[in-house]
Amino acid sequence: MACFLVSAAEAAVVTVVEKHVEKKEKAREAAGEQVSTSAIPLSTKLKWLCTMLWGGAFLLMFEHIWHGEVVPWFPFLTAMENSEDMMEMFKEMATVGVCMMLLVTVVWAVMCVVAEHIAKAPAKAEAKASKED
Amino acid sequence: MTLLITAFAAIISTVLWYTRKDDRMQLGFLSLMFWGASLMWLVDAVFEFVELKSEYFTPAAEDMLNDSFLGLSVVALGLIVWVVRLLIADPEGKLKKALSKR
Repeated sequence: MACFLVSAAEAAVVTVVEKHVEKKEKAREAAGEQVSTSAIPLSTKLKWLCTMLWGGAFLLMFEHIWHGEVVPWFPFLTAMENSEDMMEMFKEMATVGVCMMLLVTVVWAVMCVVAEHIAKAPAKAEAKASKED
Repeated sequence: MTLLITAFAAIISTVLWYTRKDDRMQLGFLSLMFWGASLMWLVDAVFEFVELKSEYFTPAAEDMLNDSFLGLSVVALGLIVWVVRLLIADPEGKLKKALSKR
């Protein structure tokens, strides 16, 4: 009904945070300071999450248009036309929508941990080799 | 079917991204977009399975056909978004060169 709205809302918040973090990282870079302690900057990781959330929400919105649940006129959601459908829509947003948002975020978090580990692996191996020498 | 088609699109775009030396074609963006949608449809499928039980795996032919068309349309839409983004970014400067020639 409108489950994609939950992911879209998270995407909007993450986009704002990502822009703020990117600005901070650029300022640090300009000042000649270390941008980030991790191998992959936080802004890059947040961009991944933004793409997953915006992309997923956009394609799901298309599915809702296909099924006639989203319309181009006010109030844009056919479920908003009567209170019974509206309650069902809110229930779906609270269950399916929240689960979608959580799953995408958890997968992203795992992806970040794995990517960080892979990116740091050569540096760790180099440090280990120099210790042995 | 929509989940299956989108998941295949995500897998193919990820393999293509992995096999390329650089990401000038922005295949990383395409794969992340399809993965996001696949994960969301996976949740949808789980909720539907809980409701329908084994009936979920035996959809009517008409529903399956409609879902297949939807899945293909979703992939086409995702590709359109990617192509438009690629043309705007114009990483190889081909569009700029073509337009400046005119």
